[in-house]
Amino acid sequence: MAGAAGGQRVPAIELRGISKAFGPVQANRDISLTVMPGTIHGIVGENGAGKSTLMSILYGFYKADAGEIRIGGQPNQISDSQAAIRAGIGMVFQHFKLVEPFSVLENVILGVEDGRLLRPSLARARGALKRLAEDYELHVDPDARIEDLGVGMKQRVEILKALYRQADILILDEPTGVLTPAEADHLFRILENLKSQGKTIILITHKLREIMAITDTVSVMRRGQMVATLETAQTSPGELAELMVGRKVLLHMDKKPAAPGRTVLAVENLRVTDIDGVERLRGVSLSVRAGEILGIAGVAGNGQSQLLGVLGGTLRGSGTVRIEGREIDLAARDAGQSRRAAGIAHVPEDRQREGLVMEFLAWENMIFGYHHDPACQRNRALMDNAAIRAMTAERMARFDVRPPDPDLPARSFSGGNQQKIVLAREIERNPALLIVGQPTRGVDIGAIEFIHQRLIALRDAGAAILLVSVELDEILSLSDRIAVMFDGRIMGERRPEETDEKDLGLMMAGMRGKAA
Amino acid sequence: MDFATVLQILDSTVRLATPLLLACLAGLFSERAGIFDIGLEGKMLASAFFSAAVAAVTGSVWLGLGAGIAASLVMAAIHGAASISFRGNQLISGVAINFLAAGLTVVIAQTWFSQGGRTPSLIGAARFEPITLPLAETLQPVPILGPIYHELISGHTLPVYLAFALVPVSWWVLYHTRFGLRLRAVGESPEALDTAGVSVVATRYAAVAICGVLCGIAGAYLATALQAGFVKDMTAGRGFIALAALIFAKWRPWQALGATLLFGFLQAIALRYQNIDLGGVVVPVQVMDALPYVLTVVILAGFVGRAIPPRAGGEPYVKER
Repeated sequence: MAGAAGGQRVPAIELRGISKAFGPVQANRDISLTVMPGTIHGIVGENGAGKSTLMSILYGFYKADAGEIRIGGQPNQISDSQAAIRAGIGMVFQHFKLVEPFSVLENVILGVEDGRLLRPSLARARGALKRLAEDYELHVDPDARIEDLGVGMKQRVEILKALYRQADILILDEPTGVLTPAEADHLFRILENLKSQGKTIILITHKLREIMAITDTVSVMRRGQMVATLETAQTSPGELAELMVGRKVLLHMDKKPAAPGRTVLAVENLRVTDIDGVERLRGVSLSVRAGEILGIAGVAGNGQSQLLGVLGGTLRGSGTVRIEGREIDLAARDAGQSRRAAGIAHVPEDRQREGLVMEFLAWENMIFGYHHDPACQRNRALMDNAAIRAMTAERMARFDVRPPDPDLPARSFSGGNQQKIVLAREIERNPALLIVGQPTRGVDIGAIEFIHQRLIALRDAGAAILLVSVELDEILSLSDRIAVMFDGRIMGERRPEETDEKDLGLMMAGMRGKAA
Repeated sequence: MDFATVLQILDSTVRLATPLLLACLAGLFSERAGIFDIGLEGKMLASAFFSAAVAAVTGSVWLGLGAGIAASLVMAAIHGAASISFRGNQLISGVAINFLAAGLTVVIAQTWFSQGGRTPSLIGAARFEPITLPLAETLQPVPILGPIYHELISGHTLPVYLAFALVPVSWWVLYHTRFGLRLRAVGESPEALDTAGVSVVATRYAAVAICGVLCGIAGAYLATALQAGFVKDMTAGRGFIALAALIFAKWRPWQALGATLLFGFLQAIALRYQNIDLGGVVVPVQVMDALPYVLTVVILAGFVGRAIPPRAGGEPYVKER
């Protein structure tokens, strides 16, 4: 068929009628997709829309129930990853598939060694990496151990792995989630470079800005189906968001200007040393007033988790923390309880590990940390389960948790609904201070909108909010003030209207940014 | 303590370290591939019995060795199926194998030989004989080096030399071959190996099979070289000491040699000095016998430093959804 078209180029990838079910869940339904060689094609969709499943089928991780795959015009079953590699497909997973204690070279040759002995393979890879580094700005020390490299470097190793395997088609799954803006820019330069050399790139992301910036064409997936494929130049973020969710979505929060009141949280010279003796917070001072949101921006791992931990009572530290003028005992044994008693509510970064007990039912999760509350007790010995259930049902309705069933275990809810349960638990206490970590990580666009509205509403009701997020968009749209953390310190503070991604990005990389 | 005594203790160290070393290397291959194996003990015990039984019946130590390895491989296959194919709990599978071996060996021994759970004593070609290395007799009169060569280096059985030769071989296989690279990778990050298009299951089974062979040799050595026949529970915790040595060695072959020699030395001391008279207070024999085990605990608790096991160790590999 492609030959008959005469002069028209053969698509690099052609999927026809791909379907895949996991038990009763139809992850992909009759999906067709055509990607031309030498282009960057974006795939967007909410969590669970089936993007990753589709790409895993293309990479031979899963086998489609029905449908046809053509690579470069040739039908190809792609029965396993080895077959995908042979067909010239390389994949950069969201969670890197690297062997941490191995060197870069060892990771690159793993699975494509030249023979039984390693020495010749390592020598050949060393030469190849040098050429690739020069061709594509992909410089990495070949002898470095993966565990000593930063995330940006690890990602380069993944790309090098694919290129070393002669990949012509590169699939990247949420590649910028862990990168600083500068690293992301570098990645995009690399991708442009690869494209100009004739490589085909598929970019899976939920960041519409990236789609607009770098892709040539974009496909939108929703609930297992491909709902649209568009020329990027002909579309807009608003249209894409609407296609993803299936209804109109507010991409920018409309919020009233903050009316900050008294100081609720005052932190001075806070220090935390971790179990390895590394100082993770190196003297942090900040304050949050009633009715304002202080956003903490930064690349993950620069002390934000420790800040949340000390304020939430899961870590010990030194320094002073005052809530409405009263100092908190940072060495208290019942740290979590005393923090709550002082009026701090905590929405932890990792809801599945810290925020919820996944095997417990929704109503059981709804009272964690508050089970001593008189409303939960029938008498001194017994809990009032019926009252807790009723309260949970009512809160689930108010926070639009779906399905609104208090008797389901936490694990059976989607990420966004799990987060709503945690938020309902913490916000309904009317805390003086809410500390929130990564409120929308792994949460669908529709739920993000809801969660953001709730946080703004809590602010407008007079609570102080400390928001930690690695998503700059989120920080910029919610915060009334923005502090940037780097290496355990606050690098500087900005008002959202007087800064931009570039300025914040510089501070996130440890530079002072433009003069305020 | 004279030179001859020192040599004797060291000679005994080498002989006692051999089964530990073989089991330790066996554990190393398995655990480096991400399959924790507390069933080393059971595999050795099964091999000890079947090697002794077959050697006793056929009169051939070689057939005995083969039977021992085969028995150990069967145990390894059970552990492999449970932990790789059926993604079961590796600790539970290992415990089961230990119980299975402890019970089965005695029951079968009683049924076959009716000697109270023992095999008949092995004689002649049913045992591994000491090998006298070339020139050992000739060089014996040479001061210092002569006796060292004659007493310490020469005069061991074949499995001893094999065990020591396996140290550099294991090191070379692990760090210089494709198989070794993949084996280490599957213990650290099976998903990396899987996405590279290499079978996680096949690599892990290969590692478990090597573990079975090495445990088989270790068990056969116990029953047909170190001693002359099988007795109930003759492994006496060696599988667990080998595991301790493996942690002490941080899952590396050369360090495994050092660690097992240390534990072998402790056993040799305990064997040699049964009652020590400390100026009126006699240290009872039980204390000396317990010493290697006590020191195992002390060493593991205090001197290992931070031993980081293979990251994917103990976890069945399930493709993420």
